[in-house]
Amino acid sequence: MNETETRAIFLEELNRVAPDIDPATVRDTDHLQDDLDLDSMDILNLVTALHARLDVSIPESDYKEIETPRKASGYLARRLREPE
Amino acid sequence: MEAGTLVEWLVNPGDTVARGDVVAVVETQKGAIEIEVFEAGTVTELLAEIGQTLPVGAPMARIGDDEETGAEPKPPEEETRPAPKERSAPTPPAEAEAPSEKPAQPRQEPPASAAGASPAARRAAQEAGIDLVQVKGSGPQGAIVLADVEAQMGQATPTSRPAGEGLSDMRQAVAAAMSRSKREIPHFYVSHTVETQPVSEWLAQQNAERPPAERILLGAVLVKAAAMAARQVAALNGHFTEGGFVPSETANIGVVISLRGGGLVAPALADVDKMSLSDVMAGLRDMVTRARSGRLRGSELTRGTLTVSSLGEDGAEGMTGVIFPPQVGLLAVGAPQIRPWVTGAGVEPRQVTTLVLSADHRVCDGRQASRFLVAIQDCLARPEEL
Repeated sequence: MNETETRAIFLEELNRVAPDIDPATVRDTDHLQDDLDLDSMDILNLVTALHARLDVSIPESDYKEIETPRKASGYLARRLREPE
Repeated sequence: MEAGTLVEWLVNPGDTVARGDVVAVVETQKGAIEIEVFEAGTVTELLAEIGQTLPVGAPMARIGDDEETGAEPKPPEEETRPAPKERSAPTPPAEAEAPSEKPAQPRQEPPASAAGASPAARRAAQEAGIDLVQVKGSGPQGAIVLADVEAQMGQATPTSRPAGEGLSDMRQAVAAAMSRSKREIPHFYVSHTVETQPVSEWLAQQNAERPPAERILLGAVLVKAAAMAARQVAALNGHFTEGGFVPSETANIGVVISLRGGGLVAPALADVDKMSLSDVMAGLRDMVTRARSGRLRGSELTRGTLTVSSLGEDGAEGMTGVIFPPQVGLLAVGAPQIRPWVTGAGVEPRQVTTLVLSADHRVCDGRQASRFLVAIQDCLARPEEL
C-alpha cells in the first residue's frame, strides 16, 4: 500500500473518530493535538481504528510518528511493508 | 437548562419499554440528549410533538402498566416525566435566571433525521435555519456532520455570528451554570502536587503489552482514584439541594469533555468506585465518543456527584475550576510536568501532576479537602490495586 492510500485511510478513520472536524479543512501538516484539538482519548480511538482497519498496532512510543496526516501516511506505509 | 426541543421519537404507541430505554432525542442548550424512560410498561400515548419545546420536567408520554394490555384497562396510568432534569430533587424550584416557566410552545425547530447529528452540525443548522431532515449525513451510521450542513448551505458557513447577536446556546448554558455556581457556592481551593512518574511508567508498561482497544489512559486512572477518594470523604460526594447537602451512596464521577465546536459537557459514569480500571476506561471511551457525535443520555448529565476536569497530557500545569451545581466538589487535574523532585536524599527530574480541588465551604472545610487529595495520592502510588 502506498502513501496516497494510507493517507486516505488515515483521513477516513480520523473523520470517524472526530466527525465534528470537516475533512476538507484538514491539512497535511496539521498537528492532531495542537491544530485539530484531538485529546488523548481521540488519539487512542484513532489508533484503535487503524489497528482494526490495517492490522497495524501502533505502540504509544510511536504516537509522535502519526502526529500529522503526512507523517502518519509515511509511517503506516512503512509499517505495512515491514515483514511481521 | 430550562427547556428542550423534541427532535425525535424512538418509540410508538403500543411499544413495550423497559427502565433505562432511550425513547426520544431532545435538543437542548447542551446539545442533543437522549431521553431515557424511568419505568417499564407499554407506551399508550405520545404527548409531545416533534418540534415542540418543553420545560424541564414536562410529561412527554404516557406509559401504561405492562399487564393492562388486555380489554380491562386498569385505572391509573402513570405519566412519565422523562424530560431532562437539572437535579434529581422531586420539585426543583425555578432557578433565579430561568426566564419563567413558559407553557410548552411549538417552535420552528428542525426535526432531526433518524441518524444522529454532531453538536457542531446541529448548531450550524440552527444558526442557518436549515432543517436537518433535508441534510444527508456522511458521518458514521449516516450521522450528519458539520460538512454536510455546510454543503447544504451551498457554501462555506460564516464561521462566527454577526457581532452583537450574543452567545451561542452552548456558551449560554455554560455561562448560566458557572455564574450560578460562583454566585451561590462559597468556593475554597486546596492544591497538591503529586508525583505521577510511577503511575505513568506502570501504564506505559501495561499498555505496551495491550492492543490499542485495551489500552488505558492516565485520565481513567485519575477518574477511578477520584471515585475512591470520594467514597472516603463523603462530604465531597453528593448534591447540595434546597434541604442542604445530601451525600451520595455512589460515586458518579463527571468528566469534563471539551467540544471542538465550542463549549463543554460533563457527563458522569455511575458507580465508578465499584468498577475495574478497564471498565472505567471503556465507559469513558464510550461517553467521549457519544459526546462527540451528540448522543449523550439525559441521566448522564444529571447523575454526577463529583466532577473531574483535566487539562490533558500537554499544557498548563494547574487549573482552579468552578463547581458544577448541585455538586460540591470539582477536581482539576493539570497536565503532567517534568520537575525537580526530592527523592530520598537527592533531587531528580520526575513527572509530577498538580491537583486542585474546588470545594463548597457550606459543606466541608480544608481538612476534608486535604484528606481527599491525599487519598488520591495514595491511589496513584499503588495503581495496580485500582
